[in-house]
Amino acid sequence: MDGIAVFKGFFLAAALLFVLTPLLATVLGGFKSLGELRTNPFGLPSVWEWRNYADIILSSRYWGLLGNSLTIALLTVVLTLVVAAMAAFVFAHLQFFGREMLFAYITTGLLFPAATAILPLFIKVRDLGLLDSYFGIVLPQVAFGLAMSILLLRRFFRDLPPELLEAALVDGCSYIGFFLHITLPLSRPILATVGTIVFVHSWNAYLVPLVMLNSDSLYPWPLGIMVYQGEYSSEWNLILAFITLTILPTILLFLFAQKHIVAGLTAGAVKG
Amino acid sequence: MLFLPPAVLLFTLFVVMPAGEAGWYSAFNWNGFGRPTRWIGLDNYRYVFENRAFGIALWNNVLVIAVSLVVQLPLALTLAVILAERFRGAVALRLVFFLPYILAEIATGMIFSFVYDGNYGLLTAIWGWFGAEAPHLLASPATAMPAILVVIVWKYFGFHMMLFIAALQGMDRGVIEAARIDGATGWQLQRHVVLPLLYPTIRLSIFFVVVGSLQLFDLVMPLTRGGPADASHTIVSFLYTFGVMRMRVGFGSAVGVILFVICATFAFTYKRWFMRDE
Repeated sequence: MDGIAVFKGFFLAAALLFVLTPLLATVLGGFKSLGELRTNPFGLPSVWEWRNYADIILSSRYWGLLGNSLTIALLTVVLTLVVAAMAAFVFAHLQFFGREMLFAYITTGLLFPAATAILPLFIKVRDLGLLDSYFGIVLPQVAFGLAMSILLLRRFFRDLPPELLEAALVDGCSYIGFFLHITLPLSRPILATVGTIVFVHSWNAYLVPLVMLNSDSLYPWPLGIMVYQGEYSSEWNLILAFITLTILPTILLFLFAQKHIVAGLTAGAVKG
Repeated sequence: MLFLPPAVLLFTLFVVMPAGEAGWYSAFNWNGFGRPTRWIGLDNYRYVFENRAFGIALWNNVLVIAVSLVVQLPLALTLAVILAERFRGAVALRLVFFLPYILAEIATGMIFSFVYDGNYGLLTAIWGWFGAEAPHLLASPATAMPAILVVIVWKYFGFHMMLFIAALQGMDRGVIEAARIDGATGWQLQRHVVLPLLYPTIRLSIFFVVVGSLQLFDLVMPLTRGGPADASHTIVSFLYTFGVMRMRVGFGSAVGVILFVICATFAFTYKRWFMRDE
């Protein structure tokens, strides 16, 4: 039994070292001068260069990138939740001819990623005059997230006790009233989970914004950070500080909403 | 009844129509301006398959799947078995191992382009301890893709570990207790009782590995952009480099259609053959 415990400890330590070393070196690297980074990439900085971080935090560029990402992600989340919840409600509670066919139609969206149709998508967005705008990114992201969101929401809506709907209808409540006053408030956990998945995907997205945007001023942070690296190509200490500051919001969100994130990205994926 | 049209409209406009149009555009030689008029039939598909870089890209996607199955899956399984038990720090360790998964691929790629950097990188320093000149891993066609594969394991094993932990914790403890009472010990228990109970989750994990490999793009861009000499392209980075950047709409659409066929065929057959019971 002792041998196993030693093996476990060793294995965990090795995995921990593998995961944390690049991350810690990135955070610490941002505090070093370029010369020190070269001679001492692993250790603590001998002189803490707070300026590297301060200059970025005080720049409008950093906040501009985060602001763009946040705007795009929030618009995507709100629109996805509204549109998907309405559709999922219909699929869960209303009987009509062709319902299952229509549902199957929408779930074909699970079969392929946006990359497969990225050029026609670009042409479509351009012809709609949405190129180089927030909505040129938001609408395709919402559309490609619908299948998964509707699937998860419909399952949850269906599992709500059917007596609720019957009682509400007897009491003269309309379907819309039932949706607004009963379904949605009871569905907070699943709405939070779906919202979190959609938010993380949008926050980290690269391909769709890359294809749809021309102006630096609209860039979300994954695009902005690539531009930044291009400008400061070998000043790794500044680039590392910039990387640290851009992944910081993700890590904070993760710490605060880890339940929803882990549940959403694993358990949610399982059910999808 | 007014609830359904927004979803159907958005989905049709931005998902179904572009997917269909990819098939239509792929029969033209078109740079995206005006209307497509130069019909060339299936020539774009011939150009794609004759392109050396496309062959490399396909092969690299296969490599990603292979490494994920041979290295990442056992790693994730072992860690899951250890961390599914309750002990001090187990929950914290789970979260640390999951952390790389939620970082953006772009940020991950940039962190590792620092790790691999020939002048400042961590690997360079490690080589330096032994007095050796470090190789520029990302600058050589032979080592660029292996270097990317390491990053893929780093980023995704925690996700698969979490899938396995969820499965282990949802497992019927009675079965395991029964086997224990019948005299099954440590390794036997894991191999003949726990592992078979995990088969559905392993099949699911393999599904995510393949789907993820087929979409791989963001991670490659900051590391190598598919280079050097096209050695580290994936299907999507190939599509972006040769289709989108050069605005060859027909050619890029043909690549998209091929990717679509691979994705859809895989999803259908895999679900039918391996995931029937779920």
